[in-house]
Amino acid sequence: MTAPTTATDVNQPSLEHAPPTGRRMSWPVLLLVIAGALALTSIVRLVTGADGITNVSQMSTALQLAVPIGLAGLGGLWAERAGVVNIGLEGMMILGTWFGAWAGFQWGPWTGVLVGLIGGCLGGLLHAIVTVTFNVNHIVSGVAINILALGATRYLAPLAFEGHQGGSAKQSPAVESLGHFTVPGLSDWLSELNAKGWFFVSDIAGLLGGLVTNVSWLTLIAVALVPGTWWILWRTPFGLRLRSCGENPVAAESLGVNVYKYKYLAVIISGGLAGLGGVFLSIVANPFYLEGQTSGRGYIGLAAMIFGNWMPGGLAIGAGLFGYTDSLNLRGGSTNVHALLLLGALLLVIGAIWLAIRKKFVQAAITFVVGALVFAWYAGTNEVPSQVVAATPYVVTLVVLALSAQRLRMPKADGMPYRKGQGK
Amino acid sequence: MKKFDKERVLLAVAGPVIALAVAFVLSAIVLVASGKNPVEPFALMFEQAGYSDVQVLILNQASMYYIAALAVAIGFRMNLFNIGVDGQYQLGAMMAAIVGAHASLPAFLQVPLLLLTAVCTGAFWAGIAGVLKVTRGVSEVVATIMLNAIATSLIVYMWKPDVFGVKIGNNSTTGEMHESGWIPGIDLGAAGEIYGLVVLAVLLGIGYWVVLNRTRFGFDLRASGASSSAAAASGVDPKRMVLTAMLLSGAIAGLAGLPILLGDSHTYNLNFPTGIGFLGIGIALLGRNSPVGIVFASLLWAWLDKASPELDFHGYDKEIAVIMQGLIVLSVVVSYEAVREWGLRRQQRRVGAELAAGHVLGANNTTKEVAGR
Repeated sequence: MTAPTTATDVNQPSLEHAPPTGRRMSWPVLLLVIAGALALTSIVRLVTGADGITNVSQMSTALQLAVPIGLAGLGGLWAERAGVVNIGLEGMMILGTWFGAWAGFQWGPWTGVLVGLIGGCLGGLLHAIVTVTFNVNHIVSGVAINILALGATRYLAPLAFEGHQGGSAKQSPAVESLGHFTVPGLSDWLSELNAKGWFFVSDIAGLLGGLVTNVSWLTLIAVALVPGTWWILWRTPFGLRLRSCGENPVAAESLGVNVYKYKYLAVIISGGLAGLGGVFLSIVANPFYLEGQTSGRGYIGLAAMIFGNWMPGGLAIGAGLFGYTDSLNLRGGSTNVHALLLLGALLLVIGAIWLAIRKKFVQAAITFVVGALVFAWYAGTNEVPSQVVAATPYVVTLVVLALSAQRLRMPKADGMPYRKGQGK
Repeated sequence: MKKFDKERVLLAVAGPVIALAVAFVLSAIVLVASGKNPVEPFALMFEQAGYSDVQVLILNQASMYYIAALAVAIGFRMNLFNIGVDGQYQLGAMMAAIVGAHASLPAFLQVPLLLLTAVCTGAFWAGIAGVLKVTRGVSEVVATIMLNAIATSLIVYMWKPDVFGVKIGNNSTTGEMHESGWIPGIDLGAAGEIYGLVVLAVLLGIGYWVVLNRTRFGFDLRASGASSSAAAASGVDPKRMVLTAMLLSGAIAGLAGLPILLGDSHTYNLNFPTGIGFLGIGIALLGRNSPVGIVFASLLWAWLDKASPELDFHGYDKEIAVIMQGLIVLSVVVSYEAVREWGLRRQQRRVGAELAAGHVLGANNTTKEVAGR
């Protein structure tokens, strides 16, 4: 590696046209697509009788499972928008789970949230020192942080938790609940509506009901962080400077932006968000820290972010998808998943028709055959093994990436080494 | 290049030595901070390394680390991050276990069949990521992470009793393999048995060195890693190289679980070691992707693994070894980078001085390649 590609190399002017930056979906179109998907789901529910797929409790579980993934994804977004790839999200989440539970069981859950956040920030700070100051390859540093965080929490857990009530070498004592809220009236009304089983209306009621029933305060904060991140990164001067460090640090430097400072800040915030995701696991999802609690959610968060094309909204949809499939798995959903096979088959057939209209006949034929196979699977079986359900979000991510990787646009100097003054 | 260059050797050795020293000091600080004696654990662990039964454990464990790290290193040599070694070796071992439990051939056919199964499974699983990268431009990092997760589900699925699984108590297994597929170990009496496939690890290491340093393919691969555009300009097809490297990496990864499978467990069960692929990343980095360096790195790792349980009997927590592993990787990558930049600056100064003195530039101005940076 005589001359590693640097941020200067990628930002040379070239005669090539910039790749299209993804289809811009206007709000009405996006809403129409979502409504269409809901309507399809509703049809499937009526045909198969699997009422569970848009149940209020299903949706609320899905939301709860989506939050840590979404927070990790937001963490990834902050770092990558500033040009630092953060594969150490998993490690920072682990730090969040441990620190959150450690402070939580002693000084109350809100202190736990704060300390877990700080724990994640420490992981982020380490990543920033290694990648920004020492210019080490970002993925290598992230992998190292994952190993280190795992080791550190495993070492600290017995020291901190053993000897307390309910604590052991692998588990912390119980942490008090942060408290839930249910919007009075609205929640009951939506549940009633959902129970009626009407076409479309009940499904929307189920979805909204999940958003207002038994929601933890931390969930509310996490959901608010999605538009919050968008506003800060895309609507404030601070965000513009931060993103310019990810697109073209040399140009940013020439305009007087302190690139190191912004990269440090972004990576520390990134770690804090991942830590918050960890706290959610060890205080809200479970009332205790448990070794191996994150089980790869940091990586999934990263995938959700790439799935969402490095944008907060797309990321939220990606996290929702992962959360929903996870919830199907949790709630004994083999019949529900079986029903979703029909939905998958329908979507594939619609996709095939869409491709055929755009005169891509080969792809259309392949999509149609796959759709037919899925339908045959649906018709020929009564249940789907739970492992298929567990693997579904990953397969979907792979397929989506395969179909749209060329349309995805990551920050231009993402993962590139940068040295102050290298553009001179 | 051929000439013995004192500075190059110094630079190559300085990185790991500084890193190890820093890692030991930092771990000692962690021990002091938790109110423990900072020296005794290391003394205990060094003492462990002297016992022959622990040595056998270390060697056995190191053989698997070595193979996994080689798989990672092949990718690193061409700037590919095969994070999926973890899924590839687990699937490879499981498929070999399943084939071994259902096929019953004479040993001279059975063993190659099992090796081939593992190689093909690993290559296939890595190949998916390779094909996606080459045809659709999907980052291999994300694709292999997804494939790891899918592999986990697939393994649980295949453990089901109505698929390939056999329940033994609470343990899911793939059933006992036929004895013709077992590979006898090297019996050392009371010390235990060295897995027969340790030899395979050695052969793979030699093969890795020969292919990378003595063949056209190896040259192309290293050239693509150093600069894909320069390699493409000299006639190397970058897409083919990516796919081949990915397949090769997966093929080797598939073998990583076999030493214990064919030498000891003879079935793929819940106790089968996991996470070797991730550790392989750290080991490949520590060994700077060189076949000899990885030997030392995997021995070091296996030593930390196998000597640390003793600490529990002396009032220390064995997890300090995991912290050390993390610290070593981190300090290794930082010190390699620092040493590399220092070497570069030194060289620039020297070349500058030579130029100023009117010398013709020698051919010896290539910089040291730094592993998987």
